[in-house]
Amino acid sequence: MPDDVTDTGKSPTVTAAAPAAPVLLEARGLVRHYTSGGPFGIGRGRATVRAVDGVDLALRSGSTLGLVGESGCGKSTLTRLLLALDRPTSGTVRVDGRDLLGLPRSELRRRRRDIQLVMQDPYTSLDPRMTALEIVREPMDVHRAPEAKHSRSARARELMEMVGLDPDHGHRHPHQFSGGQRQRLGIARALALRPRILLCDEPVSALDVSVQAQVMNLLKELQRTFGLSYVFIAHDLAVVRNIADEVAVMYLGRIVEQGDRDTVYGRPAHPYTRALLSAVPEPDPRRRGESERIVLQGDPPSPARPPAGCPFHTRCWKSEKVCTEKRPVLTPTEPGGERRVACHFPEND
Amino acid sequence: MTTTTGGTPAEPQPLLEAEDLTVDLLSGTPGAPRSRRVVRGVSFTLHEGETLALIGESGSGKSLSAMALMGLLPATTAEVGGSVRHRGTDLLALHPDALRARRGKHIAMIFQDALSALNPTLTVGFQIAEVIRAHEQVGRREARARAVELMARVRIPDPARRYRDYPHQFSGGMRQRIMIASALALSPDVLIADEPTTALDVTVQAQIMELLAELRESTGSALLLITHDLGLAATAADRVAIMYAGHIVEQAPVEDLYDRPAHPYTEGLLAALPRLEGPPDDLTPIPGTPPAPGPLPPGCSFRPRCPAARDSCATRQPALLPAPPARLVACHYPLEASSAR
Amino acid sequence: MTDTLTAPADTSPDGAAPPVSSAGAGWRTLRRRPAFLLTGAGVLLLLLVAAAPGLFAGWFGHGDPTVCDLTHSARGPSAGHPFGYDVQGCDLYANVVHGARASLGVGFLATAASLAVALVLGCLAGMAGRIVDSVVARLTDVFLGFPFLLGAIVVLNTLPTRDIPTVAAVLALFGWPTMTRVVRASVRSVREADYVVMARSLGAGPWDIVRRHVLPNALTPALVLATITVGGVIVAEASLTFLGVGLQSPSISWGLQLAGAQNSFRTHPHLLVFPGLFLSFTVFVLITFGDTVRDALDPRGR
Repeated sequence: MPDDVTDTGKSPTVTAAAPAAPVLLEARGLVRHYTSGGPFGIGRGRATVRAVDGVDLALRSGSTLGLVGESGCGKSTLTRLLLALDRPTSGTVRVDGRDLLGLPRSELRRRRRDIQLVMQDPYTSLDPRMTALEIVREPMDVHRAPEAKHSRSARARELMEMVGLDPDHGHRHPHQFSGGQRQRLGIARALALRPRILLCDEPVSALDVSVQAQVMNLLKELQRTFGLSYVFIAHDLAVVRNIADEVAVMYLGRIVEQGDRDTVYGRPAHPYTRALLSAVPEPDPRRRGESERIVLQGDPPSPARPPAGCPFHTRCWKSEKVCTEKRPVLTPTEPGGERRVACHFPEND
Repeated sequence: MTTTTGGTPAEPQPLLEAEDLTVDLLSGTPGAPRSRRVVRGVSFTLHEGETLALIGESGSGKSLSAMALMGLLPATTAEVGGSVRHRGTDLLALHPDALRARRGKHIAMIFQDALSALNPTLTVGFQIAEVIRAHEQVGRREARARAVELMARVRIPDPARRYRDYPHQFSGGMRQRIMIASALALSPDVLIADEPTTALDVTVQAQIMELLAELRESTGSALLLITHDLGLAATAADRVAIMYAGHIVEQAPVEDLYDRPAHPYTEGLLAALPRLEGPPDDLTPIPGTPPAPGPLPPGCSFRPRCPAARDSCATRQPALLPAPPARLVACHYPLEASSAR
Repeated sequence: MTDTLTAPADTSPDGAAPPVSSAGAGWRTLRRRPAFLLTGAGVLLLLLVAAAPGLFAGWFGHGDPTVCDLTHSARGPSAGHPFGYDVQGCDLYANVVHGARASLGVGFLATAASLAVALVLGCLAGMAGRIVDSVVARLTDVFLGFPFLLGAIVVLNTLPTRDIPTVAAVLALFGWPTMTRVVRASVRSVREADYVVMARSLGAGPWDIVRRHVLPNALTPALVLATITVGGVIVAEASLTFLGVGLQSPSISWGLQLAGAQNSFRTHPHLLVFPGLFLSFTVFVLITFGDTVRDALDPRGR
């Protein structure tokens, strides 16, 4: 991205170190527990919800990290933590090696420009009372960058054009756009401050197939043009496969498998990953009944009452005694390998 | 207009037959009424024991077609035209009471959102039992026993105890099972499932689809599956009908449709779909957006987005015509359907 | 850029809608609505009557509400005096016209004061965190739980003078809690909206968010409630005056007129009917006006 953001407060040392350190966004030991129930810990209903329970992530510059998992796995909480919208119970989030949460308030506010969010629902994420142009301009208005209001408007028109919208529709309200167009607006808004990272939270799951492909291609195109890095959160495994370079699979607040896309999709090591992949209905009727489908029984356990040992053992067909007692840690499947899995009995075919 | 059926000669009487079904949504004030056509003449047949998937994107009219079939659209907000015959009886011509009697008993529906389809203030068991008691002269005790049995059949663990639980005490997947149980309560011969798994996670979706397939096998009822998911239809359907802008644009046995789509829209949908197999290249989207409900320009409604459109597409609207052996397609220039892949 | 960025023919699905600017859109829609034009004209007329009663009072007779002739006491409608005379022998039409100022004055003043308090407290409660929220919520509960009539009577009785501002202030004292609850509820729902989360993630401060998102979206329900409240306050003023604790003569108000008419309703019904009709008409106009404004302010309804 052509860089006119010299006032972000990046220290020279970090800028110099950037090419040598390809990891742009890093989460270490991220934990977020919510306590519910009586005040001050009194009362019967008190429970600790382990929404995110020890997550390590690394996003390399210019690449896409896909994060898959079912509802309740902690994806949304993790998003909030990565955006510093919520404070972790423990752990750190670093952008360019700087701990976001350790920053003073004003500094944090400026650093937020580096990491922007694209939300799932193009209907609720746009203020119905604003016009398209106002929506796209909002981030620039908040940061007063650029200083002159008319150049912000000009840039907003530019951004609309960049995402395939007609800038002359800038005076329209969100409800006058289709779902796909609204998502484009959301992307234009996210790009307004020339961020380096986009956090895409289910950005295409509310869209129809034909429009979904348009938005996916737009995201990929923008990444190529501006060297953006994405954290791409989705429940649709086929969508993630299409865009991600690396994939992390979440279950019950933890990452159970992580690795480069082709390894995870081609040779899934965690039983849960296998089950997920097997559960995706393939648009090919000839494959019906071809491969043995794994249909998991039951629902994911509640994050308020996670099972002892491996969190997946209640639904796992390979579960043995050790799985109910000892929690497996994320370890490389091959010595020195990139792919890591948290399972006592990983698949090794 | 002769009905468009699967094409094989001497077919038995279809179980459910929709002919030229139209839905107009009414809005505006009594002084200045407005109506927008959203289903523009949909015809299809459903035979005993078969699964027909009605696929379409949002706004294509697929869900409204299903609601119209069931007579569930309120007369104040929608006007339904055409005919829907169930075993030869036109449902749309029936008195509302007679239709209500048929609904549930012969045709039952499973909705997408089980949480809002179930009454939050009543126990789930009571709601299933109520369906039985509304249609059959059975005692409270027997209805209860049958409800528990149904809950066991959709594999709800410990059904006798969970009978007394309320909808919010169940997970999404379990609630969808409750819906299926109450749909099955009177052993209907037609099940209409409107996006039955869209709100569910993929592993739970697999459970529900497996359950539906099993139940269909054991009861022999026919299933009309309304979905936007081409993958789901591929794994569950015998025949598939693709809807676009209120029309059925293509209908074919499932393997024909996915192997050799004849309508450019079908082909476009399949090309736009991200997959788990093959190289993860850039997708080929269909340009533009579907038309808004309301009056359409003359000609083919897909023409503005169609890569193969020619001049005549702008003037004549293509009819849904048979393309042997078993396909129906509404396109002036269908893709080479005969050449095998 | 490649065709993926430019290919989609991005015509809005409801492309028929004419281009409208944010500010002008509501007004443009409003202007096309007969219901708005009608009630709007009604409100204007009322305001005009309140501002310059002299313009209207002289239509039939001398138009001076203070020129009275006891010989005409409580006489019914006659030539030049379409509404007849009140007990004092003053022209009732002139009195009713002059009464509009007091009624509307109290109505608007009290409502504006309540709205101001409600917006401040509602935004504070909705945005500032749990403790402030609880304090505001309990405070409104206490005021809501207070019997309005009793409270107003007690407070008004202790006041040495009861003119338009003081009565308005007392009515506002009991009017703000309802409005605050409405504002607080809509602030809370807007606060949870995705676009506010978005704005926070951009680094927008609380004031930015209130100004940009919360106020515009929370204002509509408050404004609608306010237009309805004006009518309610006018009725309340009339009731209090009727009970003898509202405005005092020599003020002229509908409430005073109704109060004066209470003993002679059977013999001289016109004393009650004409002020009563004006009061009902005013309240009706204000409430329908509120409804049409609400419909127009929602950008989705256009």
